[in-house]
Amino acid sequence: MSELAIETTGLTKVYGDTRAVDGIDLRIPRGGVHGFLGPNGAGKTTTMRMLATLTRPDGGWAEVLGYDVLRQSDEVRSRVSLTGQFASVDEDLTGAENLRLLARLYGFDGKGARRRAGELLAAFGLDDAADKQVKKYSGGMRRRIDIAASIVVTPEILFLDEPTTGLDPRSRNEVWDIVRAMVAVGTTVLLTTQYLDEADHLADRISVIDHGKVIAEGTSSELKASVGSGSLHVRVMHRADRERARAVLVHQLGVEVSAAHDPHLLVAALEERGRVTRALTALDEAGIELAQFALGQPTLDEVFLALTGHEAEPDEEEGEAA
Amino acid sequence: MTTSTRAESPVAQAEAIASVLTSSSRPRRPNALQTSTIFGWRALLKIKHVPEQLFDVTVFPVMMTLLFTYLFGGAIAGSVTDYIAYIAPGVLVQSVLFITMYTGSTLRTDIDRGVFDRFRSLPIWRPSPLVGMLLGDAVRFLVASLLTAAVCLAIGWRPEGGVLGVAAGIGLLLIFAFSLGWIWTFLSLILRTPGAIMGVAGFTLMPLLFGSNIFVDPATMPGWLQAWVEVNPVSDLVTAVRAFMNGTEVGVEALASLGWSAALVLVFGSLTMWRYRDPR
Ligand SMILES: Nc1ncnc2c1ncn2[C@@H]1O[C@H](COP(=O)(O)OP(=O)(O)O)[C@@H](O)[C@H]1O
Ligand SMILES: [Mg+2]
Repeated sequence: MSELAIETTGLTKVYGDTRAVDGIDLRIPRGGVHGFLGPNGAGKTTTMRMLATLTRPDGGWAEVLGYDVLRQSDEVRSRVSLTGQFASVDEDLTGAENLRLLARLYGFDGKGARRRAGELLAAFGLDDAADKQVKKYSGGMRRRIDIAASIVVTPEILFLDEPTTGLDPRSRNEVWDIVRAMVAVGTTVLLTTQYLDEADHLADRISVIDHGKVIAEGTSSELKASVGSGSLHVRVMHRADRERARAVLVHQLGVEVSAAHDPHLLVAALEERGRVTRALTALDEAGIELAQFALGQPTLDEVFLALTGHEAEPDEEEGEAA
Repeated sequence: MTTSTRAESPVAQAEAIASVLTSSSRPRRPNALQTSTIFGWRALLKIKHVPEQLFDVTVFPVMMTLLFTYLFGGAIAGSVTDYIAYIAPGVLVQSVLFITMYTGSTLRTDIDRGVFDRFRSLPIWRPSPLVGMLLGDAVRFLVASLLTAAVCLAIGWRPEGGVLGVAAGIGLLLIFAFSLGWIWTFLSLILRTPGAIMGVAGFTLMPLLFGSNIFVDPATMPGWLQAWVEVNPVSDLVTAVRAFMNGTEVGVEALASLGWSAALVLVFGSLTMWRYRDPR
């Protein structure tokens, strides 16, 4: 049995002139949450669909739990579940009917299916909405019924495509709690997201995807470390001191120091953390009073900017413009 | 925000979810017939929730029957009562085959909404969602057949074949309609909008339905049209259905209809399943 949940080499999907997925290599271990992070149109959904056997690759190969997605697709299907970016239950049917339908298709008899649907609805806090058509559900309830539908029979891998896009913060937190609960019982969760803080909070490992390629991989700390040691934020007490402080910092740190909009603030991207202490001493010796001296890890935003040369957070129009 | 009472803490919820994840058994895998029937059940549930779906199978056949009987009845056969025996089986065939094309746009809507991705990711016999859908449609076609028959009876149709003959005719018609449905499933996997599917389906059906022996005896037609009517599978179907219902001798046309049905399933069923692997 394969140690890896997912293994791919040169996975490729081409739509006309678009190389939606352009040679992706992955080795994802079992357990925990693996995040695909990337802007709209990066190829996250297409990659996930190929892994879930919904789309056929044009090149390369992929194994899920040791089974080839093309030649052993049935083996893959009986072990994984996908919750798509958009609703993947029947909106015309009630929540209970949707779950019963799926339970029957997995082989439960009528009574067993009814019981399983009841258990799932209760666990996801949907008892009251059981007999309402899904089209009348709120966004958060829809996401929950979608996820419930994916675990009618416990999958070994759960694919979640942008599980929190468009949700309010409270519903988003609910989805995060659900994901953590699943991981706790041993399910491997693979999720895509455009949100850096989501990947940061939830994912044990992250593959950063852009233009159909994996451009970086690792834990969120590793990714942050790969762009440098972090950034230094210095606030002077008196704005008149700012230029003097800047000269001292440039001299001590040997990097660019930028003056922010805020007339008290200076920001520097560090190459070496070791020089920070000297810089602090030098500022003190120069008699500059400080309001703040903070050394932070880079945010994933900064990571993305450094890796791709463009911002990660999507514009509203980007999908069309791209 | 939500209407449900979610007083539980994340911890309680985590426990509840953990318990449903670990309590799940994996039952024996159902066979092809079972999963197809379950999808047929889904189609019936949808009719329960969206009864408007029955609009096309009720209003449309009634309208067609009355329209064509009175429109052509007087002109062609001199009187409606003479004409009804000739046209009733044909109108039945026409009503049912016409509404088969809704299958395509329904499927497209399902695909666009993402439900079909869920079905395609299940470890089941691959064609079962489509077979189940067509089985559910067969129920709608049966409703349409019975209604059309009832209207024809009301305006004076007295089929010589009796109840059995009418039932046999409807049976053959449903088999053919189910098989024709695979053309529409294929169309809905290669065309992107319900409108385009309806357009192409209508365009395909026109020559099949109107270039047939449904309304008039082909003997009155010009030679080139006769040649088409002769090879048109719908003509065979109409001849066979007519023979069953009018109690006359059933010829090779019944076998031909079954043959055409098998061929449609073979060709368009295969094409559909080939596209079904990766629909856009
Ligand atoms: N079915 C399709 N037909 C044509 N182009 C597609 C299709 N699916 C995706 N694409 C294109 O492939 C690229 C990657 O899309 P996608 O995988 O959906 O990205 P993401 O999920 O990261 O937003 C985009 O440029 C998109 O327009
Ligand atoms: Mg996507």
